[in-house]
Amino acid sequence: MLMSKVEFNKETGPREVFCGLTSIVWLHRRMPDAFFLVVGSRTCAHLIQSAAGVMIFAEPRFGTAILEEKDLAGLADAHEELDRVVNDLIARRPEIKTLFLVGSCPSEVIKLDLATVAEKLNKRFLGQVRFVNYSGSGIETTFTQGEDGALKALIPLMESSNEEKLLLVGTLANNVEDRFKKIFRNLGISNIESFPPRQSTELPKIGKNTKVLLTQPYLSDTVRDLKHRGCEIISAPFPLGIEGSTKWFLAAAKAFKISELKFHEIISPLINRAKLALEAHKEILKGKKLFLLPESQLEISLARFLHNECEMDLIEVGTPYLNKDLMKEEINLLPDNTKIVEGQHVEKQLDRVRESNPDLVVCGMGLANPLEAEGISTKWSIEMVFSPIHGIDQAADLAGLFSKPLRRNQILTTKTLATH
Amino acid sequence: MELTLWTYEGPPHIGAMRIASSMKDIHYVLHAPQGDTYADLLFTMIERRGQRPPVTYTTFQARDLGGDTAELVKKNIKEAVERFKPKTLLVGESCTAELIQDQPGALAKGMGFNIPIVNLELPAYSKKENWGASETFYQLTRTLLKEKVSSSKKISPLRWKELGRRPKVNILGPSLLGFRCRDDVIEIQRILSEQGIDTNVVAPLGASPNDIERLIDAEINICLYQEIAEASCEWLKRNFGMEYTSTIPIGIKNTIEFINEVHNKLDLPLTNKEELEHKSKLPWYSKSVDSNYLTGKRVFIFGDGTHAIAAAKIAKDELGFEVVGLGTYSREMARQLRATAKDLNVEALITNNYLEVEDAMKKAAPELVLGTQMERHSAKRLGIPCSVISTPMHVQDVPARYSPQMGWEGANVIFDDWVHPLMMGLEEHLIDMFKHDFEFVDGHQSHLGHTATKTKDLINSYDKKDNNPKKGIIWTESGRAELTKVPFFVRGKVKTNTEKYAVLKGIPEISDETLYDAKAYFS
Repeated sequence: MLMSKVEFNKETGPREVFCGLTSIVWLHRRMPDAFFLVVGSRTCAHLIQSAAGVMIFAEPRFGTAILEEKDLAGLADAHEELDRVVNDLIARRPEIKTLFLVGSCPSEVIKLDLATVAEKLNKRFLGQVRFVNYSGSGIETTFTQGEDGALKALIPLMESSNEEKLLLVGTLANNVEDRFKKIFRNLGISNIESFPPRQSTELPKIGKNTKVLLTQPYLSDTVRDLKHRGCEIISAPFPLGIEGSTKWFLAAAKAFKISELKFHEIISPLINRAKLALEAHKEILKGKKLFLLPESQLEISLARFLHNECEMDLIEVGTPYLNKDLMKEEINLLPDNTKIVEGQHVEKQLDRVRESNPDLVVCGMGLANPLEAEGISTKWSIEMVFSPIHGIDQAADLAGLFSKPLRRNQILTTKTLATH
Repeated sequence: MELTLWTYEGPPHIGAMRIASSMKDIHYVLHAPQGDTYADLLFTMIERRGQRPPVTYTTFQARDLGGDTAELVKKNIKEAVERFKPKTLLVGESCTAELIQDQPGALAKGMGFNIPIVNLELPAYSKKENWGASETFYQLTRTLLKEKVSSSKKISPLRWKELGRRPKVNILGPSLLGFRCRDDVIEIQRILSEQGIDTNVVAPLGASPNDIERLIDAEINICLYQEIAEASCEWLKRNFGMEYTSTIPIGIKNTIEFINEVHNKLDLPLTNKEELEHKSKLPWYSKSVDSNYLTGKRVFIFGDGTHAIAAAKIAKDELGFEVVGLGTYSREMARQLRATAKDLNVEALITNNYLEVEDAMKKAAPELVLGTQMERHSAKRLGIPCSVISTPMHVQDVPARYSPQMGWEGANVIFDDWVHPLMMGLEEHLIDMFKHDFEFVDGHQSHLGHTATKTKDLINSYDKKDNNPKKGIIWTESGRAELTKVPFFVRGKVKTNTEKYAVLKGIPEISDETLYDAKAYFS
């Protein structure tokens, strides 16, 4: 491994990040036949509805079985109570095919055994609804890590097959997924599936001829379990920006023994077009100082893109946790002396933000307006997980997320019309 | 265990955060895991605050649980006090920390700081946000004033006379994430000042711990939002004899009653009684002839206790509406709301389940909904105009312009906010009426967009929306044609009544005549 040039730091202290429950917001949209039932507290329910864009427009496919005093005091058997809630829910939503029982901080602390509950429910609702469980608790998981838990929980349900296929792992926006599949077919890879699938019941089959290509950098546990099932993991940077996406496609092409000629024939026109589209954003981002606070786990890939392709200067790259193995291809592409900080002490980190006088800070929603009020431009990281940002074609859109706050700032501070 | 898809109120520690964030020189150390930091965005995104809430989260992790989480708590408290130098420290825990019982409040008190420390015990598994806010404000007031209890004699509301100065009052209850609190405070202060009454302290919004210590410099307390301030007002009454007001000045009648109540308590003569009726445009606007069409409009009301009760009174007495539904999610104010509902002859709905509210709304078939942002969504689905009167807070509920709910200007705001959606409703009717005219441009968009019911698939759509379609009843051509002539906002009601009548009389086919028979029968 070639990582010595990058400076690694660890920090502990008060953190300002979402917990894994937040990932339900995009997972439930990805799989419209699934329901996510958090077993937790009013805080969990409030968190998800607040993170899900403040208001829900219809009856949502996620909910919380809120623990009450009698559940904790042992007056009611929590397992029986959960049983009752699930029965009500399934009666109300008969179209649900998969029900995720999602553990939370309080359910983990009182050691509620959701695996046993899921097992019992699976027997009772055999052929109607499948139950899986995972933890999205904030004492164990950070934000996007919730997806890692949900996907890992689905792996035991995946049948085995030795058919050769490319498996894209990690939630993508549907239009990006379609685009990727088309490009892979053009390259000559025809058997492509996605995990998570668009229907929770249509899980891909996996085995020793499954070649896994990760679309997201936060899937450590999923990767480990896929390896155990014999899957081959294709090592690549992540498909953010032109460089990352090109190397990502190339890694897959190599794994499927696609000729280099073919690869360039298909990919080069995309690269040229994307570079053209990126120019306007680069003009704005070039030479600007960037500070990334830890949250989405996409920070390292974003830093690589914004430096290598948009010529931004990296002050600090925060990441909630660091899996050096999974991130090695990304880290190798970072410029020398990049300062990576794993973990967080939010107060000390904000001190460093102020000292370093950055042009743009990538941060969570709780911190954005206070920093703006101090005159520091920001971009909220949660937008990265809701926007179609992956792939060569989306590189300019991705850059646009960062150039827009700077452009806006410029518009608002420049006087273009004479005052009378 | 309770299945919740969406909740009107957050957990009680969010209430505590509302108090801490509303005030100055206070810091709140919250023993909580990292996910609980989401709460910051309620203040910085929804309320658009340019400052972070003054909260330090200990953000303990699973690996800390095996070790010493108490040490972690102490470390965070120490750092927070050193960094933020608060004049008063709040210490508490969220739902998860409550389970591990580190007792952070007791730990903080043992650390030797020379500032007041308020130990907040907010049971997360039985209480909710407003209770948490009320309890926090009460504990804070008690902590900062308890030493003065024995030395003070009872405060007479007439003390200002002895002191030879204008009467002073405190305005208690306004907080961040409260509905239009920012502007209500300005309006109420203006009204009081016009009457020769000075504001001593506004709290918690904008107050510091020093201000709380000064509360007893006033003669009486104005309890502006009972959900937040009643417990504190009651304590101040018990221990210092300070009286407090019970009228909420929302609407003209209540504002006048509020002014009277304040004057009576202070024994201050009210000199401009006649003027008061003319301070707001609402009475005249409501009396002017084009408001005739407001008469008997069916209105469904749901919100927090304070705003729902006030809305019912305004709707009935000041705008001449008919209240067809009234409810609240504030269980603490259930009794009061039930009393109002009884006066209005409607059943009170006390629930935290928005789907139940939507069902009740559907059954009541209102022409206007006054509710929270959630009722706005439900009403939109049902094609009913809606105005928002209560929290939970949405970014739209923090308008840039001055728009109180209380006092004279509040009444103006309410007239506009409630009547404009109805005028849009009238416009909707006109669009419906004139759409067969050749001048009518096809595709004319109504404000309801695609949710507005189109006449041609009216009967089908109503069948789909109805929970209990009347089986075996046939609408004839003439019946259908007549139904389309009924204004859209009462069409659902007419359809239901006609079908009910048909079932009652054993009529298998509904013709135009059946509609008129039913109309006569039910009128």
